[in-house]
Amino acid sequence: MPENLVEISKMSFVHENGRIVFQDVDMVIPRGKITAIMGPSGTGKTTLLRLIGGQLTPNAGQIKVAGQYIHQLSRKELYQARKRMGMLFQSGGLFTHLNVFENVAFALREHTRLSESMIRTLVLMKLQMVGLRGTWSLMPSELSGGMARRVALARAIALDPELIMYDEPFTGQDPISMGVLVKLIRTLNDALGLTSVIVSHDVGETMSIADYVYVISDRHVIGQGSPGSIISNTSGELQQFIKGLPDGPVPFDYPAVSIEQDFLQGSAAS
Amino acid sequence: MMNQLVWLGQSGIENLRQLGKTGLLLFHVVFSPPHWRKNFPLVVQQVYAEGVLSLLIIIVSSLFIGMVLALQGYHTLAKFGASQQLGPLVALSVARELGPVVTAILFAGRAGSAVTAEIGLMKATEQLSSMEMMAVDPLRRVISPRFWGGFISMPLLTMIFNMTAIYGAYLVGVKWLGVDGGVFWSNMQSSVEFHADIVNGILKSMVFGVAVIWIAVAQGYFAVPTAAGIASATTRSVVYASLTVLGLDFVLTAMMIGEW
Repeated sequence: MPENLVEISKMSFVHENGRIVFQDVDMVIPRGKITAIMGPSGTGKTTLLRLIGGQLTPNAGQIKVAGQYIHQLSRKELYQARKRMGMLFQSGGLFTHLNVFENVAFALREHTRLSESMIRTLVLMKLQMVGLRGTWSLMPSELSGGMARRVALARAIALDPELIMYDEPFTGQDPISMGVLVKLIRTLNDALGLTSVIVSHDVGETMSIADYVYVISDRHVIGQGSPGSIISNTSGELQQFIKGLPDGPVPFDYPAVSIEQDFLQGSAAS
Repeated sequence: MMNQLVWLGQSGIENLRQLGKTGLLLFHVVFSPPHWRKNFPLVVQQVYAEGVLSLLIIIVSSLFIGMVLALQGYHTLAKFGASQQLGPLVALSVARELGPVVTAILFAGRAGSAVTAEIGLMKATEQLSSMEMMAVDPLRRVISPRFWGGFISMPLLTMIFNMTAIYGAYLVGVKWLGVDGGVFWSNMQSSVEFHADIVNGILKSMVFGVAVIWIAVAQGYFAVPTAAGIASATTRSVVYASLTVLGLDFVLTAMMIGEW
């Protein structure tokens, strides 16, 4: 079994609007570990997850997931490959017309022919893992943001995937929900032998559970290593991100013409 | 001048690209073999959501349209001493034109807009993406049942529209204005041809059904996933569908009458 579950080499991606998101990015996600991908907002962290999941196709380079070049697979093969992946979306992505039980049971009903009693047992087990067995009959609208994300996590692990990807799991969470999610990600990774990829810009929480960290900014990987080595790295760009400094290599001001020129011009539209 | 040419070229290419994407969507929905075991209950659900829930607006509208048609028709026909022809007038107008066209426009407003908004919101809240990542094809699970649900519902709604409109005309013409009931029905029976009038009307409604629901699912699926994007997709869904129905009606009528 190869040591790395995901291997990205010389990958470039250009957005539909012409913006270059990645240029010659190399990255590996080791099997069985928690790998964090960090970076300022708008650097393409979520895009990277969509590229790994085959929802987007790179313009150049290769993305290999579990030994398969994901963007060269046929539609059928891609859907087969996705059965071994789970993804936790930033908003949870729960189906609003289904209750918690049916949300978690969704993939099981679609991909297996298990009996109703077996599906019930599996769903309750997954909900128990995230501490929400008691919510099985609630609708997504009745859950708090943190609970919705935990239900989405239970749904993402319903088919026992090899790889699980978390898109900004800590954004907008209160300290208790944040603590619960941090613990869950670590526990599930170790207990189920998963490979986890966390995309986040919450430095403290992510560093506390990650085994390996990539920091991306301005189309490239600007730093990688263990959380300790990232924190002690002296690069100005990395330090600005980790310490949350408002100005530095990533400028506070959005690029613009000089302020005098703007004021003298008269109107914004001209 | 040059800028305008560039703009024209760009918008032309963009429109063609959108048309191509929408065509591919229809191709996938029509030609992907459906999982009947899983999809049949979903199609039935959509027949309920798009068809049964549209019944109220269809029945009320058709009843009043039939009543107004009878009232207007009676007074015009009476001037020529031809009030006995009220039955054929109403039946032919409704079966050939008003039934399929008005049902399609009401269907676009009631069910088409709901389908566009629902799919657009599913996209905005990452429900479609999460379905894809669970290895479930949203085209099969979400789009296809809604398309077939609309395709099945439209002819059924048109038949109900036709019947209710004719009944509304009967209430006004026979029960209120005093046209003889036997004359009303027998003239209608002798003037309306099953194939040329009824079947052609149903054929029209099937074509309109495909057009309306295709536009609705495509607008939802390709909507910009923001509040403004979904609002504009919903509006476009109703406007495009209504205009398409009116344009297609002319083409189909010309073909059916044999002028083409």
